[in-house]
Formats: sequence, structure tokens, C-alpha cells
Amino acid sequence: MSFLSGENMTGGYGGADILHDCTIGVEQGEIAVIVGPNGAGKSTAMKAVFGMLNIHQGSVQLDGEDITRLSPQDRVAKGMGFVPQNQNVFTSMSVEENLEMGAFIRRDDFTDTMAQVFDLFPILKDKRRQPAGELSGGQRQQVAVGRALMTQPKVLMLDEPTAGVSPIVMDELFDRIIEVARSGIAILMVEQNARQALNIADKGYVLVQGRNRYTDTGAALMANPEVRKAFLGG
Amino acid sequence: MDGALNSFLLLSNFVLVPGMAYGSQLAIGALGVTLVYGILRFSNFAHGDTMAFGTMAVILVTWLLQAWGVSISPLPTALLALPFGILATIVLLLLTDRWVYRFFRREKAAPVVFLIASVGVMFVMNGVVRFIIGPNDQRFADGERFIIKAREFKRLTGMNEGVAFKTSQGLTIVTAVIVVAALFWFLNRTRAGKSMRAYSDNEDLALLSGINPERVVMITWILAAALATIAGTLYGLDKSFKPFTYFQLLLPIFASAIVGGLGNPLGAIAGGFIIAFSEVTVTYAYKKFLAYNLPPDWAPDSLMQLLSTDYKFAVSFVILVLVLLIRPTGIFRGKAI
Amino acid sequence: MSKNFNRRAVLLFALMFAALATVGFAQSWSLALAIVNLCLISAVMSLGVNIQWGYAGLFNVGVMGFAALGGVAGVLMSVPPVTEAWRVGGGGIAISLMLAIGTIVVAVLAARHIPPGNMRRLVLAVIIVAGFFLIRAFFDPAVELIEAVEPAKTGFLGGLGLPIILSWVVGGIFAAGVAWIVGKIALGLRSDYLAIATLGISEIIVAMLKNEDWLTRGVKNVSGLPRPVPYEVNLQQAIWFQDWAATLGVGVVEFSSIYVKLCYAGLFTIVLLFVLWLSQRSLNSPWGRMMRAIRDNEVAASAMGKNVTGRHLQVFILGSAVIGIAGAMLTTLDGQFTPASYQPLRFTFIIWVMVIVGGSGNNWGAVLGGFVIWFCWIEAEPVGLWFMDMLTSGMDEGSGLRKHLLDSAAHMRLMTMGLILLLVLRFSPRGLIPEK
Repeated sequence: MSFLSGENMTGGYGGADILHDCTIGVEQGEIAVIVGPNGAGKSTAMKAVFGMLNIHQGSVQLDGEDITRLSPQDRVAKGMGFVPQNQNVFTSMSVEENLEMGAFIRRDDFTDTMAQVFDLFPILKDKRRQPAGELSGGQRQQVAVGRALMTQPKVLMLDEPTAGVSPIVMDELFDRIIEVARSGIAILMVEQNARQALNIADKGYVLVQGRNRYTDTGAALMANPEVRKAFLGG
Repeated sequence: MDGALNSFLLLSNFVLVPGMAYGSQLAIGALGVTLVYGILRFSNFAHGDTMAFGTMAVILVTWLLQAWGVSISPLPTALLALPFGILATIVLLLLTDRWVYRFFRREKAAPVVFLIASVGVMFVMNGVVRFIIGPNDQRFADGERFIIKAREFKRLTGMNEGVAFKTSQGLTIVTAVIVVAALFWFLNRTRAGKSMRAYSDNEDLALLSGINPERVVMITWILAAALATIAGTLYGLDKSFKPFTYFQLLLPIFASAIVGGLGNPLGAIAGGFIIAFSEVTVTYAYKKFLAYNLPPDWAPDSLMQLLSTDYKFAVSFVILVLVLLIRPTGIFRGKAI
Repeated sequence: MSKNFNRRAVLLFALMFAALATVGFAQSWSLALAIVNLCLISAVMSLGVNIQWGYAGLFNVGVMGFAALGGVAGVLMSVPPVTEAWRVGGGGIAISLMLAIGTIVVAVLAARHIPPGNMRRLVLAVIIVAGFFLIRAFFDPAVELIEAVEPAKTGFLGGLGLPIILSWVVGGIFAAGVAWIVGKIALGLRSDYLAIATLGISEIIVAMLKNEDWLTRGVKNVSGLPRPVPYEVNLQQAIWFQDWAATLGVGVVEFSSIYVKLCYAGLFTIVLLFVLWLSQRSLNSPWGRMMRAIRDNEVAASAMGKNVTGRHLQVFILGSAVIGIAGAMLTTLDGQFTPASYQPLRFTFIIWVMVIVGGSGNNWGAVLGGFVIWFCWIEAEPVGLWFMDMLTSGMDEGSGLRKHLLDSAAHMRLMTMGLILLLVLRFSPRGLIPEK
């Protein structure tokens, strides 16, 4: 069993089930990527791991502990960080305040963590006093990731972090994400840009209609002709 | 030249000073409405009656203090009673939240349901206030009435026109500055204040960051209670206290909050002064002012009043309509469309 | 399900009429009928609010203003014209009215022809300000002249001298006209804005009725409005009526009072049934189904190409017109127009309590709510006083607290209404007769 794992998850948003017996996991220091066609339940699978929807079968484990019944807030306290796809920054607040809010549950001194985030994303240090709503799309994503890192999570979950940013910014962002993973954090992310994402992935999950279709290392999936043909455009 | 100076003094006396005081009162009232809107996402129709309740509590404590012979003359005794009034109002609003709004929050009810519930709360508060203190006018200002009287001003300066400056006006303006400074310090510098702004900005993300919504809501009601009591007491000291007047204040207060941008504290302050000065300038009789500035035989016979004071609410309404037509988000871009 | 529902509605209405009959037997039939008449008017008013809230989810906080517009229609239609006032000031008023229309036309033309921007704003502001002063130049002297005409008796223009029953239609039209303007401004924005805009307009309407003496005599009131039904004095003198009373074995005076009230009740019932029939028809028509679809999911309805704001405007105007009709009926029943009696608590919020208690979205519920709440409102006062009497009976006769409590009993009604609203909203949000 992985460090973070959702086992045999079945469930949905109250109506029909979207996930069927879906299993996803990631180890510390590794990057796991969920890819698949539109409507495959990629984001749903991630939200299930984070406790944002009800699963009536299966379980979620973090570091050997069963967290299936915990609320998202409690999972944050347990060391999980989540970066939503949309509206993932406080637009009216400055970059620095965004990071402070990320550290809201911490009662200790978090200046070191903030310095680490600024080291990771130097541009944010220059713009620390600017409202996050005035930043460019790529910079906003950096704020969003930085906010999630402020709790010093053991797991970082990213829902399509590169949606709507230019290819150059995307490469830059992926580099940063690799850097975060190297520091020992487990990273689970959903990506629309499957090819680039699998390139940096230690592990890849291809979902179709809420079920696991292929699960392998990123490199192996990239090499698999069926996966290439069906999901990576040849 | 003397004419120009005299007419300026005249305007100061009847427009500038009263407008500043009224504007401060509206601003503090509108801050309460805008904070509740920013966090709970509904226009609180009970705010006027919350102000009435708070003021009533202050008046009762003032009477008690007066009966005991406690006084801080030349300042009004009501200032001493204010903290007790605030405390009573905080208790009232927290109970209201617990008994009324919390249920609808859990239900995730539509904003209009909160609106109607606030109307029900308004009804009850109105009844409570009238039941306890009666529907009539109450004056509770004591201490020195004027900082400077018109007659003294004339004697000191030798001018034709005097500027009177009431204690209540001076007090209002000073209190408003202190309250606004304290509120902005709280919102921008403290952890709790920032968590309020974060929650108002993006509820879901605030939840993800571990901000406890019930706590944010509680702080909001506490602030709203303090602001309502302060605004109500200042208004009552400046004019007089009558429950129905406080209900009617709802319209200019809402107009102030919307003009500035609902949910935006800075906008509420600007809106308060815009509404207050529009009201005062439109309902002021310009006869004497024109007499100073026109040749003697041009001087008008009529009062030269643009709008009778009976229609002062129409001023708030017209400004409100203009804002809704031209820029529904308000001058400072509030949250709502 | 439907059968159960009907049984429940019938039972509740039967209980209501039993309560009214109790008042008839225990107190007097004249009183019972007086309550019934106001119940009927309340029912029409709450049907109007139900059209807005129940069908479309629109929150109108200005019921008082629309009712007052209906009331003023009663004056303007029925009072005989004051010729002297027309002679001295009619011209001035007519000119200012034309100038007002002219200003609006010029402003609209300017707005159409000048491209948007600061230039347009400036030109519009100049036109409106200039128009304002020009109108005042003609209006003020005319008003002064009119108000000087026998101020103790008239001092206003009077009305058209037509049958007062016509004002029921005209009152509806007045209310619809104002609703159109308010709706144009505030609909399509957040629901809060409609609430605040209607609150504002109703305050302004009532302020105008109180202060524009040349039109309404202001707080001097207009009394002795002509009636659509016979006068008691005339009935008491008529031979046929005396005979009839004798046959029935009732006193002539009491019978005349009951007879007049029955006439009113008949008229009001006709209006109520007509409005109810129309409401039911429209609710079950494709239009009504669309309205409810919009109410339940505005986003989806809008995505399917429904013009949500346009539909809301229709509903808002219709509902306000019904409120205006009820307002005119009320003035007719009172026989006088007293602007100071328009209190938001009495006219706006109590109607809301009626709709929500009765069952929002259900016309029968709104009617029942109108009856039940008005009945409680009237009977709450004696009951409250009795309650306070009981509570304070142990106290000293001269005790200040006792006097205060007895004086304050009237305010208990506000609290009670507020509590009823909150309790129903929380524990039975669908009301006495829920929507099907």
C-alpha cells in the first residue's frame, strides 16, 4: 500500500456513481499523475481522495491511517494540501496574505516556510504586496501552489495546475513541481496535458469512465502503444 | 469679499458640519451592513432595528448612570454606557444567529430566504424595542451641548455668520475616525480579520485553508453589533432616538453600502458621505446663501430649496437607482452584481 | 395525495369560518363582518404578493407603496373636482406635467443620439437639471394657489367625480406603472436589490402622498369618499328596509350596518374570486409552468433561452397591480384616505406573513393566510391586553411597571407576527396549504 492511497473507491456527488472501484496511490517524493479523456472522472477521483465527495465503497489511507471518514479540513490538518483548479487564490488579498492564509491552521512561526516558498517562486517575493487578482495566470498558479505548501504538507494534490497557461509557463511550473517532489513531498495531480505530465511522472493512472484502465510508471505508459494511440494522440 | 467668506461660513454651518456628522453616522451603519453582506451574503434588513436596540440599551444604562450621579461632563454620559450597550447587542445578535440564521446556513438556503428571515428578525427586534422603551422620542444627550456656539463664533471672528459646532457632531466625527481606523487595523493586520477577508473573498478556499466558518460568522456579528450600537448612539445623541426613525435609516444605509459596493468596507465609508452630503445639499434652503453672492435686487424671495426635507429619502433612492443603472457593483466594485 | 391535500384545505377553511362565526355569536355579527371584509381585502393583497413570491421568487418589500397607490386612485377617481382650484392652478399643473414629459422625451432622445461616454452623461445631467428648474418655476406657484383655496375644506384639485368602483381598476394601473419602472431598474440584478429598491419606492410614495397637499390634501386626509353601496342612514329611513328588518326581527340600526357590510363583502368576494380564478388559470397554464421552472432553476431556464428578466418583469407588474386593486378596495371600505395610516409593518410585512404562513406558491394558501393572519392580528390586541391584565393582576394598581406593560401590549403584536414568520419559515416553510 502506498503512502497515500485511495483503494477501490466507488461513489459520486449524490446522483449516479461516477467512480467505480477506482484505486489511486502515491509514494513520498514521487509524482503520480491521473490522465484520461474528458469526463473520465479524473478530478472526481482526486476529490474523493481529498474527501470532497462521498464514497460508499473503498477507503482512503494516509501513512497507514484510515482517513476515509475525515472532512477535507481535517485532512488538511493531517498533512494534505489541495490546489483547486479554479478560483484557487484570494484575489483581493496580497500574495503574502494568501500565503499567510495558507498557514492559517499553523500556530507556530511560519516565516521559514514562507521563505522557502519565495525561494521556490522568486517572482512572488517581488510581488508579495500585490493583490493576487492582479497577477498573470502562471503567477497565480504559483501563489496557489505556494498557499498549499504553507501547511508543510506531506502530500500535495493539484487539480490541472497548468490549465490555461502558456507552454513555456507550463514547463516552468512542472520544473517547480519536480523540485517540490524532490524535497520528499508526495505529489498527486490531474492533468489535461497528458504527454508532458507523464514525462515527469513516476506513476501514471489512465482513467476511463471512472475506472482504472492502465496503471504503470510514467515512462511505461508513454511507451505503451495502446495508451499512445488512444490517449496521447499517436 | 466679506460676502464670500460669510456665505462659506453659512454653508459650513448648515451643510459641511452637519453633513460630516451625518456622513460619519451613515458610514458606520453601512459598514455593519456591508460586513454582514460580505460574510453571510445577504442584506440585513434588521440592521436598522439592531441600531435601535443597541441605542436603547445605551439609553437605559445612561439613565441608570445618571440616577447614580455618574457623569463625565462635558462629555455625554452615553459614552460611558456605550460598552454596555455594545455588549447587550452582541449577545442579542449572537442569539439571533444561533436561533435563526445558523439553521438556514446549514440548510444552504437561498440568499432570499436569509433576507426574509432578517425581515422577521427586524419585526421581533422592533417589537422588543417598542415594548421596552416605547415608540416615542427619547433624548438622552447631556453634558456640554456645544463645542462652539454660533454667537461665540461671531464674537470671536467678528463675522456676520457664525459656525456652531455641537458636541455630538464633534464626538461623531472623532469616534468615526477611531472606529474606522480600528476596523481597518483589525481587517488588515490581525489573523482573525484576515481570515474574515479571506472568507468573504473565496469561501471554498477559506474552508480548504482551515478557516472555521462559524468563527468567522461569530466575529462578523460581534463587529456588526458594535458598529450598529455606535452608529445608533451617535445618531441618537446628534438628533434624537425614536424606533421608527431607525427603521427608516435603513434606506440611506443600504444606499450607502450599495453606492460604495456591497461587501467593500472602504466603499461603505465613501458611500455614507456621498449619501449624507447629497441629502444635506439638496434639502438645504439656499436663500441666504444666494443673498450674499448676488447683487441686492437679484436676491430671491423663495427659500430656494431644491427639495423639501420630507423627501430626503428620495435623495438616497435616486442615487441608489443611478448606481444600479450605471454601475451595479458600486464605485469600489463590491462583491455583488 | 391530491385528495388529502384538498381535504386539508377544506378543513382549514372550515375552521377559519367557524372562528369567524364564533366572533359573530360571541361578540357581534357586525364585528364579524367587519373582520371578514378586511380578511377579503387581505386575501387579495396576499394573492398579489403570492404571484410575485410564490410564482417567481421575487421579494417585494414595498407592498405598502403599491397599496397606497391604489388608495390614492380612490381619491382621484371619486372626489368631485374642486373647480376653483382647477381655475387658479390647473393650468400651472398642466404646464409642469407637459414640461416633465418634455424633459423625459428630450433626455431619451439625447441618450439615443449621443454615443455613450462622459459627454452623454453631461448632456443628460444638464437636460434633467434645467428641466427640474423649469418645472419648478411653473409648479410651485400653481401649488401655492391651489393649496390656498379653502384650505380647511379642500385645498386640493379634487378628483374626477366618477364612481369609486372605477378606482379599483385605476389603482391597479397606477401600481402596475410604478412596478414597471422599479422592475426595469432592479430586476436582473441580485434579489437584494429588488428588495431594497421596493423598500425605497414605497417610502417615497408614502412621503409624496403625505406632502403633496395639492393632490391628496396630505396629512389633512380626504374623508367622506362616495360609496359604491347604500348609506346606513338612508336604509334606516327606507320603508321597505324597516319592514324587512321587522320581518327578520332585528333592530333597524344593527341590520343596516350588517346589510352595508354584506354589500361590501359581496363586492370584495367577486373581486377575490375573479383574481383567484385568473391566478389559478395562469398558474396551471404553460406560462405558469414556465414561471415555476424559472423560479426553481434560474440558471437552467436562462440557458434554455428563456428571458428570465422579462418574465420576472411581467410577474412583478401583475402582482403589483393586484396589490394596487386591493389598496383601492381598502380606501373604498374606509371611506377615507389617510396617508399617515400607511405603515410598513401594517401593510408590507403582515402581508408577507400571510403568504408565508398560508403556503407560498399556492393561491388557496395565500387566501387562507390572508384570512387567518388578519383574524389573528385583530384578535391579538384584546387577547394581548387580557394576557397583560392577567400577568399584572398581582401588581399594585398604581405600579409604574404595570402601566408600562399594559401600554406596551399593542407592541406585542409586532413581536408575535415576527415570531410567526420565523417559526413558519423554519419549521414549516411550505405553509398551511403547501404548493402541490
